[in-house]
Order: sequence, then structure tokens, then C-alpha cells
Amino acid sequence: MAGVNMTAALRDGVIGAVVAAALALPMLGFRLVDSSQALTLSTRFDWVAWAALAVGLGRFALALLRDTLPGRLPALPDWGARFPKMRLYVGWGMAGFAFVLPFLPIADRALVDKATMVLIYVMLGWGLNIVVGLAGLLDLGFVAFYAVGAYSYALLATKLDLSFWVSLPLAGVFAAGFGIMLGFPVLRLRGDYLAIVTLGFGEIIRVILQNWQDFTNGPAGIGAIPRPSLFGLVFTANAPEGKTTFADYFGLDFSGNHRVIFLYFIILVLALLTNLFTLRIRRLPIGRAWEALREDEIACRSLGLNPTTIKLSAFATGAMFAGFAGSFFATRQGFISPESFTFIESAVILAIVVLGGMGSQIGVVLAALLLVGLPEWFRELQQYRMLAFGGAMVLIMLWKPSGLLAHRSPTIRLNQEAG
Amino acid sequence: MEYFIQQLINGLTLGAIYGLIAIGYTMVYGIIRMINFAHGEIYMLGAFISLIAFLVATTLGGASVAFGLLIALVSTMILTALWGWAVERLAYRPLRNAPKLAPLISAIGMSIVLQNFSQLSQGARVKPLPPLFKGGIELMHGNGFSVNLSYLQMVIMALTVVLMAVFTWVITRTSLGRAQRATEQDMKMAALLGVNTDRIISATFIMGATLAAVAGLMVTLYYGVIDFYIGFLAGIKAFTAAVLGGIGSLPGAMLGGLLIGLIEAFWSGYFSIEYKDVAVFAILVLVLLFRPTGLLGRPEVEKI
Repeated sequence: MAGVNMTAALRDGVIGAVVAAALALPMLGFRLVDSSQALTLSTRFDWVAWAALAVGLGRFALALLRDTLPGRLPALPDWGARFPKMRLYVGWGMAGFAFVLPFLPIADRALVDKATMVLIYVMLGWGLNIVVGLAGLLDLGFVAFYAVGAYSYALLATKLDLSFWVSLPLAGVFAAGFGIMLGFPVLRLRGDYLAIVTLGFGEIIRVILQNWQDFTNGPAGIGAIPRPSLFGLVFTANAPEGKTTFADYFGLDFSGNHRVIFLYFIILVLALLTNLFTLRIRRLPIGRAWEALREDEIACRSLGLNPTTIKLSAFATGAMFAGFAGSFFATRQGFISPESFTFIESAVILAIVVLGGMGSQIGVVLAALLLVGLPEWFRELQQYRMLAFGGAMVLIMLWKPSGLLAHRSPTIRLNQEAG
Repeated sequence: MEYFIQQLINGLTLGAIYGLIAIGYTMVYGIIRMINFAHGEIYMLGAFISLIAFLVATTLGGASVAFGLLIALVSTMILTALWGWAVERLAYRPLRNAPKLAPLISAIGMSIVLQNFSQLSQGARVKPLPPLFKGGIELMHGNGFSVNLSYLQMVIMALTVVLMAVFTWVITRTSLGRAQRATEQDMKMAALLGVNTDRIISATFIMGATLAAVAGLMVTLYYGVIDFYIGFLAGIKAFTAAVLGGIGSLPGAMLGGLLIGLIEAFWSGYFSIEYKDVAVFAILVLVLLFRPTGLLGRPEVEKI
């Protein structure tokens, strides 16, 4: 402990405590009490003292640590770069595990339900990854396409009596159509201008869903959305007219779990399709054009690529997958309302992509598990959940600014041995 | 005609508030090219702190409303500025050289944290404050409709003008402002010439938070209700205002704020109040179509 500078550490701690006390004084030290006569204040200065103490000690400990440990905190080794093959095995291993998960003894209904929720976000993350990770377009309103997909299915099913499997592609087409509609005017914009316009678009869609009473039923939402069937087999206890139930057909006892597991498999297959599509399209000219555009727009233009159509196709493709995920969400919940499609959802999806390491498919899975899966476990701590969620976003970024799996291998490599 | 003038007054008041918040966005964007998503939350904190400070001042210092407001104004500016500084220091400064999206995600995370922090520490219910400024002057009267300019609206507009004047003076005439403009143009070069860029960036956040704090106080007085969620929509609208005026430009932010306020007031006055946000964003898209860098923004030079 030779290099420890005690006075500096103490000074850090005291300054931290004073600042924390000043920050906490108005917000923690007083509480607005709203009684029937007037707004009054109650005090709880002990909280301020605790906050100051915690921050002061934290700063002090950090300063000591900084002196004792050489350099920065140890970082995660870059496994992706060290073992190029491992990525593939990990990917297959995860997919295999996902397929057997519902049949494992640990899997109860709640777990499969949570896994379904995580997979929805994995799929959304993979969809947004096409737009943000591959094409490099910052989209802050991705939830709009998710909403379009969800409402498409809900309306097609409740008003036109179309089945899930017919509506699913239609929902994708509608969402892609909205993507193109938004894309046309705004793709001339660059970087952050695009971000704010997409954010605005997301809000517009939500406001319209909320206020167009006749069509979307407004804030009350749409309920009684039909569940999907497996080749005509329905997942209910008693079969409706002219239908067979899944349990009867296979001679099983009816169990509510069948439907939960069935839904889980639908989203798993949809998500894996998204992944497969992304992996394949990166090797096609259009996918290469997306990545080239992300790296250098001017160079692309001078090579004769048309940025507008390339960006539009990325936008529409990402939107289509969001539309699929949206209609799955609608059928799983059985009820949707504009409340489910707020900006925070867009932020969560974007956070999943960026925290995972942009363009990394496995990173998206890890980040979705971390951001969606973990908080689902801590549902009991309901009120502190979002606080911890936001805090985790900040801390992960501070720890790994370029994402959990930041390593990105080039799509094409110059074959040097051949030369 | 009377109705038109009334909406004009309401729109200008609202626009002044948006403009004050927008300046925080535009300055931070100008200097470190980052969308400070937590800025709306700083404004929300400003609203809460001002309400608390006002109640503390009136309980301790007697019944004088004007005195209480003055105390509230000053202490809110100081304490909210401290929050703005702390957010920058904790969540953004370590990411100064990180990939471009890292500070954005960090800012979104910070915004979620601050929102939930206020919800937990002050409760989720809407906080009402009875109107303090009553009365106003009747400007016109006709067709059974009178145009009123309330004292509060006058105070808001006057305070905004004063703050803008002080601000313009700081940016254009003081050494701090010169250092800020230098950092905005070329951070590395400014650092080489002896400008402490970290300190300048901190100062920028502090200035933005101070203005947001004033906006928070104004909103508390003007609407009389605040809750932990007000920062989000006001933040988006103010950011829209900054983009509309041309991000990075201070007069642009004020102009954008006024325009957004006017659009909102006229749209809800003449068409439908539900779709006023749609109108705001639609106009943003239209403006960006014809002027991709906003109304007063300088075109960005693309370099190879």
C-alpha cells in the first residue's frame, strides 16, 4: 500500500459526500405531501445523511482502489476475436438450448413465459440491428413498426376474422409499408436529424392509436385477440364447432401449458428466422451495400450505389421483422393498447442493440437476457425495477462503451494466402 | 380576431418555456455532438425543486409570495445546475471518446433513472399548486370574447427575454463564451491552445440546466400541476424545437421553441387538441425536407 494517497482519497470522499448531500437535499430531504387542504412538506433529513454517507464512502473506496490497482478495472477478454470458431458453437449451443428449454425439469410455466418475453426482445433487437447495426441509421422510433404489426393482426383478426398465420405476413407487409412511408421523406437527413424524426414518428403512431377511437378503440385497446392454432388444432380445453383441440388430437390431457410452450416455439422460430435472414443477407450485395453505406456514404455514392434505395430497403426490412414480432405480441397477450408502445420500448430495444455490441447477433441475445430477463426475475421489486434498469444501462455503457461483444469481424476478408 | 390574439399570447408563453429548454439541448449538441436525453428530466427536477424550495421559503420566511418566489428561483437554479453537472460528470464524461451511440444510451439510461428516482422519492401522484399570480390585464374586448394577458404570462415572457439577453452576452462577450465557441468549433485545437475543455463542457451543462430550471419553475407556476413524467414530452418537444431552429444555433433554439409553442397553441385552438403533437412533428418533418439543417442551422460541410 505504498502508493496510496490517503489525503487525496479523503478529500475525494468528503467532496463526494458534500455534493451528494446538496443533490439529495431537495429531492430526498423533503417530500411533497398532498393533503386535502394544500400541498405541504414533510422532512426526512436522515435520508440525505445516508445518501451523503454512501456516496462519500463510495468515493473514498474508489479513490483507494484506484491507487492500489494498477490501471483500469479488468475488462472482459475478447473471446470473439480469440476463438473465431467459438462464436459459431456458442450460437448453435444457445439455439439448441432454447429448443429443449421447455422440456427441461426446471422449466415451469412462468419460466417459459419469461423466456417468450425475452425472445420477443431478441427478435426486435435483431430486427433493429439491421437498421442500426448494419445500415448505421439511428432509429429511435422502432416501436412504431412493432405497434403497426400488433394492431394489424389485432384488427385483421377481430374485424375480418383472419387467422394468425394469414395475418402474420400481412402484418409484416404493413409494417414494411410504414417503414417505406416514413423512410421516403426522412432518409435524406443525416444522423441525429434522422433520430429525432423517427422518434417523432413513433410518437405520432402512438397518438393516432390513442385517439382514433372508431378504428383502434383508443386507450381502451383491443381485447379478445384470437390465439394461433397449429394446423387447425386449437389450444383450448373444449373444441369450438368443427375444430379439434391439440390435446384430443394427440391423445394428451388438456393442459394450459401446451399453449404457452407452443407460443414459445413460434417466437423462437420467428426469431431464428430473423437471425438466419440477417446472417445470410450480409453476404448478399444488398447487405454489403448496407454495411458499406454505414462506413462511408460518400464513397458509396461515388461507386454508383443509390443511398436512398439502400437505406429504404434496410428500413423496410427492419420494420417488417418488427411487424412480425408485433403480431406475435398481440396474439400472445390477447390484448393490446397504445400503452404498450411507448418511447421507452424503443429505448429498450435500442439499448439491447447497443449494449450487445452493434452488429453482434449473440450480443443482442446477451443484452436481452440482461435487460429484459433479469428485471423479469425481480418483478417483486416492482417499483425499483426501472430504476435498476436505467442504472444498468448507464453502468454497462461506462464499463464497456462499445458493447458487451464489441468485436466485429469483417464480412469479407482479403485472401492473403492466395496472393 | 380576438381568439387569434389570445392563442398568439398563449403560444408565445408556451414557446418561451420550450425555447429555454431547447437551448440546453442545442448547446450540448453543438459542443459534444450528443443528444442529451436526460435534459428533459433535468427540467422536471427543476420543476420539483422549485416547488419544494417555494414551499420551504414560504413556511420559513413568512407569507410574502414574491420573496418566496425569488428564493425559489435562485435556489432552483443553483441546485438544478448541480444536478446537471453531476449527470454530465457521472454518465457522459467517461464516455467522451467512446463510440457515438454510447453516450446516447447512457443518457437514455440516466433519463430513466432520474424519472424513477423522482417518482420514488416524491410519489407518483400529480402535485398541484394553487395559482399564485391572479389577475391580468384585458387587452381587447369584442364579439363576447376578451383577450387577457395575465401577469404570470408577462413575467414569463419578461424573464425569458432577460435570460436570453444575459445568455447572449455571456456567449458573445465573455471569456467563458469565447472558450465555449472555440471548443464547439474544434475541441482538440481549443485544448491545445490552453482551454480546459472538460471544464467548458461542464459549464455548458450547468448553463443548460440553469435555463431548464427556470423553465421548470415557470411551468410549475403556469400550469399549477407537475408530476414525474413531465420531462419526457417537454424534452422531446424542446429537442424538436432545437432541431427545427437548426441544432447548434442559440437563436435557432429560441425561434424553434416559439414556433413549436405557436403551432401547439393554434392547432389546439382551431383544430383538435388531441393531435397537436402530431402537428408539431409533421411540421418538423416538412421543415427538414426543405431545409435539412433546420431554419437557422449552418449546412454541414462533408469532408472526405
